[in-house]
Amino acid sequence: MSSYLITIGTMIAIQAIAVCGLNVIVGFAGQISLGHAAFLGIGAYTAALLATKAGLSFWMALPLVVAVCGSVGLLLGLPSIRLREDFLAITTIGINFIVEAVFRYVPFFGGALGIGGIPRVMFFGMRVKGTSFFLLCVAFLCLTLAACWWFKRSWAGLACAAIGEEEQAASTMGISPVRFKLLAFVIGTGMAGLAGSLYAHHMQFISAGDFSFSVSIALLSMLVLGGMGTLFGPLVGALILGALPEVFRPLVDYRMLFYTVLLLLVIRFQPAGLLGEESALRRILIPFVKGGMR
Amino acid sequence: MLLEVGGLHISYGDIEAVCGFDFHIGEGELVSVIGVNGAGKSSILQAVMGILPCRKGSIVYKGKDITSLPSHERARMGIRLVPERSRIFPRLTVYENLMVGLYGLKGRLNVGERVDWLYGLFPVLAERREQPGRTLSGGEQQQLAIARALISGPDLLLVDEVSMGLMPKLADEVFRLLRQLNTEQGLTMLLVEQNAVASLRISTRAYVLETGTCALHGDAAELMGNSHVLDVYLGREAK
Repeated sequence: MSSYLITIGTMIAIQAIAVCGLNVIVGFAGQISLGHAAFLGIGAYTAALLATKAGLSFWMALPLVVAVCGSVGLLLGLPSIRLREDFLAITTIGINFIVEAVFRYVPFFGGALGIGGIPRVMFFGMRVKGTSFFLLCVAFLCLTLAACWWFKRSWAGLACAAIGEEEQAASTMGISPVRFKLLAFVIGTGMAGLAGSLYAHHMQFISAGDFSFSVSIALLSMLVLGGMGTLFGPLVGALILGALPEVFRPLVDYRMLFYTVLLLLVIRFQPAGLLGEESALRRILIPFVKGGMR
Repeated sequence: MLLEVGGLHISYGDIEAVCGFDFHIGEGELVSVIGVNGAGKSSILQAVMGILPCRKGSIVYKGKDITSLPSHERARMGIRLVPERSRIFPRLTVYENLMVGLYGLKGRLNVGERVDWLYGLFPVLAERREQPGRTLSGGEQQQLAIARALISGPDLLLVDEVSMGLMPKLADEVFRLLRQLNTEQGLTMLLVEQNAVASLRISTRAYVLETGTCALHGDAAELMGNSHVLDVYLGREAK
């Protein structure tokens, strides 16, 4: 495989991991998050700082990165307890802008120059890059999907689904909305932290602009396209929207137009996403992957 | 006494829906609250469940003041609600809806036994166990809402307008089932109903609510013969 395709595949795998995290918050627990790139950024900056300033390896830093992202997610998930829908959407947008501004203007985070010199991932003394880094990202993606599969089938996943559908009815069944909304935020932002860490070690240079509001919208678009609340929707969405800009590269001036038209078509004809309920693709695939679609 | 509610006041903004309502329910009783639309009946159930806050008053359940507890903690103490218009989880299957009702109790109850018992009571739910809740008819959704509340083996069942939207035959069956659960299993129930005839027939005691206050209360059989209840709620033909 050419290095060009490997690079695209790596980015798709990283984005798919972040979208899986967003799916836990939006798809499984029914909360709104329009600022998921902020957590991707917190993960990337934490990984970059731990690698460049503390000298920690990717493997040593990874649990810390996920823990930091999960903790910040817990803190920022608190508004979701009191806010609903439109107000929560605005709050999460605000979080994205604040986090981006902190990265851009606080010298500790490299300011406008960002953070460079992030080392490659090392594995038993070997530098992991190119195809091997792509395979590492795919392995993490598989682990993330397995975690989502397990979560969806757990009591906690069922509780989150119930809260997402009928919060009041769920609470009258003994389910604490506060506890499970926060759990969804912690898991979702922890996954974004993993994606951010992989991104930082892949790019070796990060800056605030990499985690702007437009990235949040791109991640959400991937989730909507693939199917919110489905297991493989994030992967399908990331594959299509990650590959499309490259496919339409010869028509570079029009590719955003194609991108927009595609999303409009999906919203019009498959509002639940390509793998969502009653979608054509789901009907075709269901006999082959029964039980794994929801 | 299983439940004692004293001086209950419930407001929606400046509008007072319930003003100083007192009532109690003993173990094994089936108590009805009847009243016209907007009398405040459902608000009382929601306050007991913890969905609506009480502006004033106290709610004591099993000797413990639960007035300030959130609804999920009240549910864990054994209070369950069958809400008005069922409010099932539309995208979850029938089986998953039932499992939500068992949340937190899996280790304490035999899941298979409980599910089989409910499928026996509501055979249509067994037939549709893998279907999403939203694909069920209104009557089936109501049955699912009752089953979801019963699966945990509650000590107090709050039933809100269970006959709403049901065809008369099905409504009769539901009332018969509630009576059966009360007499055979000793399940304590608080029933809020617009269908005064049906609810008084199955109840041991009842409260008549008018504009947020208790107008009458007593044995259900006595109330069925009360001239005011006959005139306003039952119609003279019920005599």
